[in-house]
Amino acid sequence: MLELRNITRHQGEEVFLDDISLSMQRGDLNILLGPTLAGKTSLMRIMAGLDKPDSGELLFDGVSVLGMAVQKRNVAMVYQQFINYPSLSVFENIASPLRVARVEKNQINRQVAEVAELLQLTEMLNRTPDTLSGGQQQRVALARALIKKADLVLLDEPLANLDYKLREELRAELPALFAAMGAVLVYATTEPTEALVLGGNTVCLYEGRVEQFGPTLDLYRTPASLSSAKIFSDPPLNSAKVECVSGQLMFANSQQKLGINIEKIPDGSYTLAVRPHHLSREREGIDDIEVKGSVSVTELTGSETFVHFSMEDNSWVALLHDVQNFAVASTVEFYLKPQNLFLFDNDDALVEWQLAIKS
Amino acid sequence: MSIQKVQNNKAWFMVMPVLILVAISAIIPLMTVVNYSVQDTFGNNEFFWVGTEWFQEILTSERFHNALLRTLLFSGLILAIEIPLGILIALAMPKRGWGVSVCLVLMALPLLIPWNVVGTIWQLFGRVDIGLLGHGLASLGIDYNYTQNNLDAWLTLILMDVWHWTSLVVLLCYSGLVSIPEVYYQAARIDGASRWAVFRFIQLPKIKRVLLIAVLLRFMDSFMIYTEPFVITGGGPGNITTFLSIDLVQMAVGQFDLGPAAAMSLIYFLIILLVCWIFYTVMTSYDNDEQSNGGGPQ
Repeated sequence: MLELRNITRHQGEEVFLDDISLSMQRGDLNILLGPTLAGKTSLMRIMAGLDKPDSGELLFDGVSVLGMAVQKRNVAMVYQQFINYPSLSVFENIASPLRVARVEKNQINRQVAEVAELLQLTEMLNRTPDTLSGGQQQRVALARALIKKADLVLLDEPLANLDYKLREELRAELPALFAAMGAVLVYATTEPTEALVLGGNTVCLYEGRVEQFGPTLDLYRTPASLSSAKIFSDPPLNSAKVECVSGQLMFANSQQKLGINIEKIPDGSYTLAVRPHHLSREREGIDDIEVKGSVSVTELTGSETFVHFSMEDNSWVALLHDVQNFAVASTVEFYLKPQNLFLFDNDDALVEWQLAIKS
Repeated sequence: MSIQKVQNNKAWFMVMPVLILVAISAIIPLMTVVNYSVQDTFGNNEFFWVGTEWFQEILTSERFHNALLRTLLFSGLILAIEIPLGILIALAMPKRGWGVSVCLVLMALPLLIPWNVVGTIWQLFGRVDIGLLGHGLASLGIDYNYTQNNLDAWLTLILMDVWHWTSLVVLLCYSGLVSIPEVYYQAARIDGASRWAVFRFIQLPKIKRVLLIAVLLRFMDSFMIYTEPFVITGGGPGNITTFLSIDLVQMAVGQFDLGPAAAMSLIYFLIILLVCWIFYTVMTSYDNDEQSNGGGPQ
């Protein structure tokens, strides 16, 4: 088990990591999700032992490892760039952690063959990394991490530099590959969809702070804060300021009512948020909320349509199925189900609310 | 007959400047030398065909053998010292911060000094009566005199060349080293690789190409060294520092033996070509070998 207690790191005035406490179990996949500069790599470097935190404690299986040199810790790391020994064959690259550990020759041959088989590298064992494709190079790097049987495996955006198809392929294989190892697995990514595909637990990082930590699906369904919801939304989350006056929600700018009655929250101003794919062109239930906007641009991607529209001061985006086209500046209505609506208070924390039973 | 193929001699006109330049700078002088090397003269601008006589004479002469051995030894020592030393200095140089520009300027300084000035500097530097080095050593009680002692003469020349040209190796290696991304070192640390393994399996493969250039340049330059020994020792004491180039000039200008000197120039030229080819072949084939099998970090 890897435990981080109040880890803080700053350089001058700039805070890279702000009081981070997490605990990660062996055999679990832990995803660090956050935009660039959120502190994912800084946190991983501390976990690996490459950097020291300014304060805080790092425990592995209950033992503090802060004072331990990187070489002594049993850590493996895979990077966004494909890092392999350029002059060594694929075989020697995969074997390198075993050679450092002075494992016996027969043992090395056997283990390398096993791992190579697993990662479909058997035919390339005699080639050098620079003669391989990007996906194969990253497989070699993954094989090196895998064969080391490390207690902590850090994957720093390992699929970011691969093309779409290879990424999908490796992404599907990764969790199964590492799950069997019984290591603490940490996976950094900027993409919410990647986190959803991989499952496991997710840490939402934002400006060096942990916004939320928990099972990935829980985070997606009930984001604890506005920034957590924003990080976990691709395309970006739609939000608007609303006011609640005696159970009636209305947009803050236009005073236009949303047309639903809600209970359990005090009057005041809130931030309303809705994911783009929850906006639809058809009214499906009587409670559906209607929003109107003027179309600014329509993006067509193969099977989906992104409609960017402005609603008063807010620019929103709706993700629609199929290819649909809208004239620029035309007014279009969208509908959303009340249960897909998030409300956040002035401190950006999620508030619980309920539809009032209509009388 | 159809006139489908249009003859256009403009192309010749376009390459003419290059042809003229190459002819003047290389082909014509070289052919003059070839011309001298197969003829003899007794004055009055009369020449006689002697075939390969001069070549035979040079190749069997002890004077040539000795000069060749001295030159090979000099080049060998220069490579053996400057290449490892250059790599070490390049490894020790800072990779970022203000130290980088300071180091680069310091390293580039010796390279900016003309050969004969370098020779003069060291000639004065080493003088026992007024030179900082010579006088300093003398006052320490060390018997040093490059004009009389064979070993001292060699030491002075080698020290001078190392001072003058190690920077070139350093700069070439440094350029290769800074192109290695930081993550490689990080990954090596996590792998638990030793300092030697990092050098052998990350840094050396990355600087191999520039190192080849450094070896070739330093070999050619040191094998052709003329100005500095001419200024410092004049080939002496005796002829202990008479390298091929100095010997050649003595033969051509001093004794005015144009035929043997021309033959010697050609042999000299072919030796340089041959050795460079060997270096190049060995170093690039090593590259290929490594790709097929190679060792591992231990």
